[in-house]
Formats: sequence, C-alpha cells, structure tokens
Amino acid sequence: MGAVKLLFLVQRPPYKSENPRLALTHAIASQTAEIYMDDGDSVVPTVVFVGDGVLNAVKNQQAMKIYGVTSTESHIKNSLLIDMPIWVCKEDMNRLGLKEDQMITDAEELGAELKTKFVSYAEIQKEMETVQHLLFF
Amino acid sequence: MGVLTLGVFPSLVGSMSLDFSFKLAEAAIAKGHKVNMWLSGNAVMMSKKGQKAFKDYSHNEKKMKELIAKGMEITVCEACAEARGYHKEDTPEGMKRASMDWYLAKTVKTDRLLHIGGE
Repeated sequence: MGAVKLLFLVQRPPYKSENPRLALTHAIASQTAEIYMDDGDSVVPTVVFVGDGVLNAVKNQQAMKIYGVTSTESHIKNSLLIDMPIWVCKEDMNRLGLKEDQMITDAEELGAELKTKFVSYAEIQKEMETVQHLLFF
Repeated sequence: MGVLTLGVFPSLVGSMSLDFSFKLAEAAIAKGHKVNMWLSGNAVMMSKKGQKAFKDYSHNEKKMKELIAKGMEITVCEACAEARGYHKEDTPEGMKRASMDWYLAKTVKTDRLLHIGGE
C-alpha cells in the first residue's frame, strides 16, 4: 500500500470542545502506527486549521496556568518537532483579524526545523484533492 | 466486498450520531462489507458494559454486541476511556482497547474511511 496521506481538518475553536486536541493527538499517533501496519506501509498526516479552528494556532496560550492541562499550542509545537505539517488558512485569519505575528509560527525552542505554513483556501482545497482520507474535526 | 472504517467520536447521549454510526455499520455488514470501528472522544462511553436501556435515551450496547458477533472489529481509545474512568474490567466482551495509532493504521488498508466527528 505504501504511504497513505491523511488530512486532518480542524474547524472547531480550542478549549470549546475536545475536537482540536483529538485531531492533533490522532495525527501525532501516526508516529507509532507502524506497529499495526505491514512493512513499507505508513501514514503521512497534515493538520490544517480552517474557520474558527485557526484560533487553535494563536500563540502564548495559558491552558496549563488556567485549566491545568497541556495547551493546544504545545501539541502544535510537538507536531512541528516531528516534522508534521501544520497549515493555517489565511482567509480565516483575516476574517478574525489575526496577523502572523500573533500565531504559532515555529517551535525553534524545541529544536523543530519545520515551520507553520499560512496558506490560502485554494491551496488547502488542492491538498484535499490529493489525499486518500479526510478527517474533519 | 470492501472494507469500511468508521472513526466515531460523538457521545452516547446528546446526539443521534452514535446511533447512526451503528446503523451504518449494520447496513454495511448486511451487504457483506468488513467494518472496523474506532471509538474515541466521548464515544468511549460505549466501553462501559452493563448499560441499562431506557426509552428516553439511546441504547446501542445490544446492537454493538450483535455487530461484534457478525465480525465487526471495534476498538476503543484507551486513553480517552481511562480519562473518563472506564477501565479494562468495564469493557464489553469483544471490544478491544488500543492507542490512537490503531485507527491511523486502519486507514491504510481500508477502502473508505468515514470520520464521524464529536460534539
């Protein structure tokens, strides 16, 4: 079967439901999925934040301080650390008045080389057409 | 015949989406397809055995057991279950517990993946 591309589309805002966290934790689980797969098979996830879901990528989240739980920000940064693409829809950022300097752009403090990509909806649509499976959260 | 994998996230009570998931699985199995079901998020409520059937609430345990007997592979997210206090000894017979990578791995060998999101 080889590599199977998965696109995780996150539409829900953070901390209002479990969905964004589940999207990230499921996507990160791709790192260990091979224990259940045949040799040569793999899953290649990309996580895309669209609609109100772009709020998940706002930086300086204080979830640990306020709720005592890990932040969505930490999950996004861990995703970048394992070279898992994180995309954020530019049109939805504009709609919410968000600028790139307000967003999680990298995880350099963890040693991650990959950076967040801010992309148009057209690019997301194109990617949606190339993957085997879409997972809406 | 094909392989259908359902990623199921809605709670037992609150919407009819979980009921829909079991009805869809039943229909697919009746047509001869293989069905895998992954229960995560609030859907892990299904991993507590001994649920009492009331007319006012959705009740899927009986149907779930029937589908397991017909070959449906059903696995619950272990972390999601433990976080809610549903332990191994609570798990209905025939249901497996695993980490999220089980679901990811199933996407490789499935003909269709239907992800039924939570609330």
